[in-house]
Amino acid sequence: MTTLPQVPDTQGRFGKFGGRYVPETLLSALEQLEAAYATARADASFQRDVDTLLRDFVGRPTPFAKAERLSESSGGAQIWLKREDLAHTGAHKINNTIGQALLAKRLGKTRIIAETGAGQHGVATATACARLGLRCEVYMGAEDVRRQALNVFRMRLLGAKVNAVETGSRTLKDATNEAMRDWMGSVADTHYIIGSVVGPHPFPMMVRDFQSVIGRECRAQSLERLGRLPDAVVACVGGGSNAAGIFFPFVGDAGVRLVGVEAGGRGNAPGEHAAPLAFGTPGVLHGSLSYVLQDPAGQTADVHSCSAGLDYPGVGPEHSFWKDTGRVEYVAATDEQALDAFRLLAEREGIIPALETSHAVHATMQVARGMRPDQVVVINVSGRGDKDVNEAIRLLEARGDRV
Amino acid sequence: MSRTLYPLSYQAACAKRLPRPATIAPMSRIDQIFQDLRANGRKALMPFVVAGDPTLDALPGTLAALEQAGASIAEIGIPFSDPIADGPVIAEAMHRALQRGVSPSVVLARVRELRASVRMGLVAMVSVSIVERSGGSAFIAALADAGFDGVIVPDADLDAVGPLHAEAERRDIAFAMLVAPTSTDARIERLVRHCRGFVYLLARAGITGERQDAPQVESLVRRVRAKTSLPLAVGFGISTAAHVKAVCAHADAAIVGSSLVRRLAEGDAHAVADRAGAYARELLRV
Repeated sequence: MTTLPQVPDTQGRFGKFGGRYVPETLLSALEQLEAAYATARADASFQRDVDTLLRDFVGRPTPFAKAERLSESSGGAQIWLKREDLAHTGAHKINNTIGQALLAKRLGKTRIIAETGAGQHGVATATACARLGLRCEVYMGAEDVRRQALNVFRMRLLGAKVNAVETGSRTLKDATNEAMRDWMGSVADTHYIIGSVVGPHPFPMMVRDFQSVIGRECRAQSLERLGRLPDAVVACVGGGSNAAGIFFPFVGDAGVRLVGVEAGGRGNAPGEHAAPLAFGTPGVLHGSLSYVLQDPAGQTADVHSCSAGLDYPGVGPEHSFWKDTGRVEYVAATDEQALDAFRLLAEREGIIPALETSHAVHATMQVARGMRPDQVVVINVSGRGDKDVNEAIRLLEARGDRV
Repeated sequence: MSRTLYPLSYQAACAKRLPRPATIAPMSRIDQIFQDLRANGRKALMPFVVAGDPTLDALPGTLAALEQAGASIAEIGIPFSDPIADGPVIAEAMHRALQRGVSPSVVLARVRELRASVRMGLVAMVSVSIVERSGGSAFIAALADAGFDGVIVPDADLDAVGPLHAEAERRDIAFAMLVAPTSTDARIERLVRHCRGFVYLLARAGITGERQDAPQVESLVRRVRAKTSLPLAVGFGISTAAHVKAVCAHADAAIVGSSLVRRLAEGDAHAVADRAGAYARELLRV
C-alpha cells in the first residue's frame, strides 16, 4: 500500500473532498477557528487541559477488553471491544465537545450552539458547557424532539436551551441548517460545536483530531494487551466521527484492515437507507464536498435508518477520501441486521449497545467469521443503548420478537 | 418603456457619479445596465424571486411587472432543499417550489422561453450543491445558454471557484461573489478578483429576511470600493423604500428578496404580477 498524503491540505481538502462551501459571512469565523486551533494544537497547556478533563470528567482511558462469548459465537477471529459506551454521557461524542468547548473559551466565545439528531451530541455539548460555564443552545428537529423526549429533558436539566426545528424534514439535516443559520448571525460571540467529522474546514479535521483519542488509546492498548496491532477495526459511520476517531491512528498501519459500516436501512432503494458511501455520489452538503445522497438535480435526498445517529444523508469528507483511496472498506448493515446484533451483544456480553453501534457489531461478526482464531477484530462500541430502548421495543415487537 | 427608472427626487438623492470603467465591445447586458445607470447617476433595484413560488407560470408576468415598475436586474432563485443562507421566508418558498417539482432544468427551460420578453438583466442565484451536481462549469454554461446574464453561487468555495468563474468569463456573463461585513481586506481583494459584472455585498451578518433597522453599509462599501471599480449591489435585510434609499446612497444597487417573496406568496394567485409591480414601485418611492 502506498502511503496516503497528509490530509487535509491548507484548503481543507482530503484529496478532492472537503473544502469550505459556506456563505461568506462564516469565512472569517472559520479562519479564526483554524488559526486558534493550530495554535492550541501546538500548545502543551491546551493539550494538558483537554487530557485532564478527559481523564477526570469523561473517565478516559476507556476499557479495551476481549468479548469472550461473542468471539465464541463468531467461530472465527477474537473480538475485542473498545468501550466508548463507558465514557461520560454514554457515547464517544463527549471527546469532541470537551475539546471544542475548551477551544471556544480560548477564542473568548461565551455562547455555544450545536445540532443534534437523537440527542447524544446535544447532551454531550450541554454537559461540556455546564462543566465549563458556557451558555448553550441546541437545535433539534421537531420530529426528533418528540421521539427523544428523555434526551431533551437531559439537555434542559444541564442548563441548555433546546430549539425545536420545524423546517424541512424536521430531523438532523434541518437541525444542522438551522444551527448554521444561527451562527451566521451570531459568529461574534458564538462557537458552533459540530457533532461529527462533517461541515466546512476546519471542522472535519478538528473533530477527527479530538476523536482520535479513541484510536490512540486502542492502538496503545492493543500493543500492551496483545503484543501487536489488531488485524481489523470496525466502526459504524453516520457522519463518521467515532469511525474517524478510531481509524485515524491506524491509517498508516498497512496490516490493519479498517471497516466502516453504514446504515443499510430497509433496502437499497432511494429513501430506504442512509448509506452515502455505498449509494451516493460526490456533492456538497453542509459546507463540504463528500459522498452525499442527492437526487439527480442536487437536492438532498430523504434517508432512513432505525438509528437516529446514522440517519443523515451526508458523511465526513475524510471517509470519502478513504473510500476512494481504498484505505477503508465500507459496508452496510440493515435495520434488521442491526436489531439482531443489538440483541446479540446484550445476550452474549452483557452490553446493550446503541443502535448505531449495533450496525458495527453485525459487520464484525461477518468479518470475524472469515478469519483465524489467532486474529483479532476490534469493534468501536461507540455508545450505549439506553437511549434506544423504547425504539428497540417498538421495532422488536413490530417483527414479532419476544424479549 | 422609455420612462425614467426613478422619480427625479430619488435620482437626486442617489446622484453620485462614479468613474466609468474601461469598456470592451460588445458589452454584456449586466455591464451595459450598470454603465447606463452610472451615466445617468442612477441606481438599480434588484428584486429577488424564487422560481416556482407561488407558481412557475407566474414568473414571466412577475418579471414583466418588476421591469415595468423600474427594476433593472432580477435575481431568480433556483429552489434548493437546504438553503443555509436563507431565512424562513425564502427557505419555505423554496420548499413549496420543490414540492411542485420545480427542478433546475424546469427553471432553465422557462427562462429560455421568457428571455425575449424582458430586457431586464436576469441573474441566477443557485446553491453550489446544485451547480456541482450538474457538472460545475457545465451548469454555468447551461445558465448562459438559457439566457441568464449572470450567476451568484452564495455558498461557493473561493478556493475552488476558478472553473466556475472561468466559464462565466468565457460566456461573458456576470459572476458575483458575496462579500460580508466580517470579510477581511485581504479576503475582499481575493473575492473581487473572482467577480465580474458586479459584487454582492451583504448588508449584515446573518441570513436573508426582513429587518426593521436600516442597513449600515457605508463602511463596507468603502472597503470594497478600495479594491474594485465593479458596481456594488447590497442585499440581506433590505425591505423598505427607506432601506433602499439608505443603500443607494453608497452602493449601485439594492437587492430586495424576502419581503417581495412573502408578498408574492400571500394572496390571490392571479394577481401575483400586480403585487410585484406595486411593491417595486413602493420601494422606489423616496
